[in-house]
Order: sequence, then C-alpha cells, then structure tokens
Amino acid sequence: MASWIDMTFILVVVVDLFLLASSRLGAAIRAVAFQGALLSLLTLLIASPAHDLAHVAIVAGGALAIKALFIPWLMFRAIREAAIRREMEPLIGYVPSLLLGGTGVALAFAFSRGLPLPTPETHSFLVPTALATVWTGLLLVVSRKKAVTQVLGFLVLENGVFVFGLLLTDFMPVMVEAGVLLDLLAAVFVMGIVMFHINREFSSLDTDALASLKD
Amino acid sequence: MALRALLQVGLLLLLPPLLPGVVNRVKATFAGRRGPPLLQSYYDLGKLLRKGAVYSRTTTWVFRAGPAVGLAAVFTAGLMLPVAGEPALVRFPGDFVLLAYLLALGRFFTALAALDTGSSFEGMGAAREVSFASLAEPALFLCFVVLARATGTLSLSGMLGPGLAHAWGDSAPALLLAAIALFVVALAENARIPVDDPNTHLELTMIHEVMVLDHSGPDLALILYGASMKLLLFGALLVRLTLGMPFRSLWGAEGLFVLGLLGFAVLVGATESVMARLRLTRVPQMLVGASVLSMFALVLLLR
Repeated sequence: MASWIDMTFILVVVVDLFLLASSRLGAAIRAVAFQGALLSLLTLLIASPAHDLAHVAIVAGGALAIKALFIPWLMFRAIREAAIRREMEPLIGYVPSLLLGGTGVALAFAFSRGLPLPTPETHSFLVPTALATVWTGLLLVVSRKKAVTQVLGFLVLENGVFVFGLLLTDFMPVMVEAGVLLDLLAAVFVMGIVMFHINREFSSLDTDALASLKD
Repeated sequence: MALRALLQVGLLLLLPPLLPGVVNRVKATFAGRRGPPLLQSYYDLGKLLRKGAVYSRTTTWVFRAGPAVGLAAVFTAGLMLPVAGEPALVRFPGDFVLLAYLLALGRFFTALAALDTGSSFEGMGAAREVSFASLAEPALFLCFVVLARATGTLSLSGMLGPGLAHAWGDSAPALLLAAIALFVVALAENARIPVDDPNTHLELTMIHEVMVLDHSGPDLALILYGASMKLLLFGALLVRLTLGMPFRSLWGAEGLFVLGLLGFAVLVGATESVMARLRLTRVPQMLVGASVLSMFALVLLLR
C-alpha cells in the first residue's frame, strides 16, 4: 500500500517532467488530465480511516470531475477551434526547461525535510511533490508562448497547490475545497474567453502578438 | 565452476544474433508480414564471413582495425556482466566504469574507421553517433550510480546480484525509474527506432548504419555481430535489473535469463513498431529526459 502511494506521487512528478518536454498540445492536455486523475486518486489513497469519508469522497470526486474531465474537455475544444496542434519554439527551449525542472525536482526532494510545517506530514513525498509541481507550473507559465500552454501551466501550478492542500484535509472544510475548485474553473473560463479574443484578433494564439499592441 | 564459465562465454558468443532475428520477426508480425526466419542473422553472418573484403585505397590500418576493436571491446565488456544467475567472470569494484568506457572505445574506433574513409556522409554519421552517445552516457552512469546506491556495492556483479531483491523491496520506485531510463539508453546505444532506424537506406537520415557503409565481407560480419552482442549486453543489464534472478539452480537461472532476453527483444520490436522515429533535433531531448529520470531516481534514494 505504502509503495502504491509512493508510486502515485512519483507519477505526478514524472507527468511534470513530461509536460516540460512535450511540444504537442494534445499530449500535454492529456497529461494534465492524467495528473488531475492521479490527484483525485491520491486524495483517496492517503485518507486515513479517521477522516470523514464523505468529505474525502467529495474532494476526490470534485477533483476528478473538474481537473481530469471538464477542464481538459474545454482545452481540447479550445485547440480545436483555434486549429493549433503544437507549441512553437518556447522562450526557454525544451532541453533547458527539462534540466531546470529536474533541478527543481531534485531541490524540492532534497530540502523539503527542512521546512517547518505547522502539521505533521501525512506522507514524506507530499511536500516535495507539491513544490516540484508548483515549480513546473511556474516554468510553463513564464516560458511558453501559446496561450493554451500558459493555461496548462496555470493548471499544473494549481495541481501543486492542491497536493499541498492534501496536507490539511483534516482541517479544511468542504466549502473551502469547493471554493478553490470553482475558482479554478472560473479562471479557466476567463482564460478561455481571453484565448478566444486573442485568436479572433490575431488569428493565432501566440501571446507575443500582444506585445505589439499599440493604442 | 568451469561449466558455469563455459556456459557464460557460450551464451555471450552464441546467443547475440538471435536477438535481431526476434526483433525483426516482431516488427514483421506488427506489419502483417511473415518476416525472415529467426536464425536469419546467423545465415547472414555465415554468408558475409565467406566473402572477401574490399578496401578503398584511401583507407589506412585504422579502417581495418575498426570492426575488430569494436567487437573485442563489446565482448570484453560482456565478460564483466553477470550474464545469467551467477557473478560475472571478471569483477572488481568499479567495473561499471570500465564497461561504459569499453563501449565508448568500440564506438570511438567505429567512428575513426568511418572518418578514415574520407566520405562526408560517414563523417556526418560519426558526428551524430558520438554526439548522441555523449548525451546517453550521463543517463547510463546515473543508472549505475542508482544501482550502486541501492545495493551498496560497486561492482556490476554485486549491483545486479543478490542484494538487488532486497533493494526492490526498499526502493522499488527509484529502481523502476532507473530501469525505464536504462531502456531509453539501450534504444539509443543500439541505434533502435526512436533514435535511429536500423533498416533505413537514406544516408541523410542514417546515424549508425551510415558509419559502416564502406565495410564489406568479414568486416561487416564483425560489425553486425558486435552490434547484436551490444544489444544482448544492454538486454542482459535490463533483464538482471528487472527480474533479479530468483532461481538458485543453474539451469533455472539460465532459462529465465534467456527468456528474459527474448522478452527484451520482443519489447524492443514492439517499441520500434508502435513509435515513429524522432526528428534528429528531438533525440537529445529524449536522452536528457532519461538523464533527468535517473537523476530523480537517485534523489529518491538519497533522501
């Protein structure tokens, strides 16, 4: 059982690394959806019997429905309407971003022990996975040019925050979790609308075009 | 003891040409063809050995030495690998470094022989081969370091020996990541599909095969034989790493080992059939990815 939880955490990190290296948008969206499904699985796996079962089930189900199904569906719709398939050469190339991501993962795993946490860790991989995922999301947001990939980066960043939140499942009321998920959904909606407008204005989703916007 | 040594050398010498046969058969099955017989590589080697060799007047002894040194290096490296259930014939702490550099020596001489012909295509192939190899090497060494750390020994026989079963119990995720990275390295080192296509005949896209275009007859046989032995070597590494050799008896271990190798060949064939070849600019990315994976495995072990 313990090794299954280990494996799931490691898969989350491997998906991070895959995202940093992948240039195909479809594969990247599928990877983010898979990561969402993994997070929902993690919620179930690390719940101890002391937890309120309904609470855990709601959090896991909400994560699965929104992160793994609904948002990926929206993203697929977005790339279909904009008729784009792959990321252009990003600001930070794939190999450098893989190396940066790898360094981030290594640092997260090496130093997370030293973090002073208010609550005891439920699993020793939890905090480093959260930090590595947030770092990956940040890298994706700042280094990619297409709006779709930037939204994916934001989703990954949010996934990292979600993993960190698993530390506190005991304390967090369902309303807060639901609020976070709704927030995410609203953000993706807004970004979808922004993407639609960028696409209509410049007939591409390249955010570089925004820099040349004058008066 | 003598029987075991004989068996080990025999496996190393006789089994290699079977693996490309299995790979080709699997690829043919995926493509809906019947494919060449499993023993085709043996027939090819026999045919090539009976032929004469043609040497260009511009080449020197380096060109003639290339295939022999390549095969000798791979064979010596193979002696350090625990082929079946028992420790290797040659073993000492740190032998994995020698193994990696013997492979590099073989590659160096193949590249030199290619440059010796003066053909620009062969020079291009040599440049590609060594640049990809330099990216695969960190991944290979990181895998070895992961193994050394997990088992607490510094020789290949110890790393892949009895301590491994215990290591799988302690740190299965790290070893699994290392095994995946090692498989990617094996595909790259053996010029298999996501990196290089062994069947291609277009010089512009060839990597490994273009280097050996000028070799003929027995020289080509040595090169093909060396290439299949290298495939066996990486297969043996992976089989020992993943299966861990649970059998105590000699024949059980040998049988499981050979079955594992055939499984490895099937896996390589399936990978070649379901994947398209990567663009040349994407290959470094895959190899760096393998390095990052094995580094992640090491970090998991070290914490």
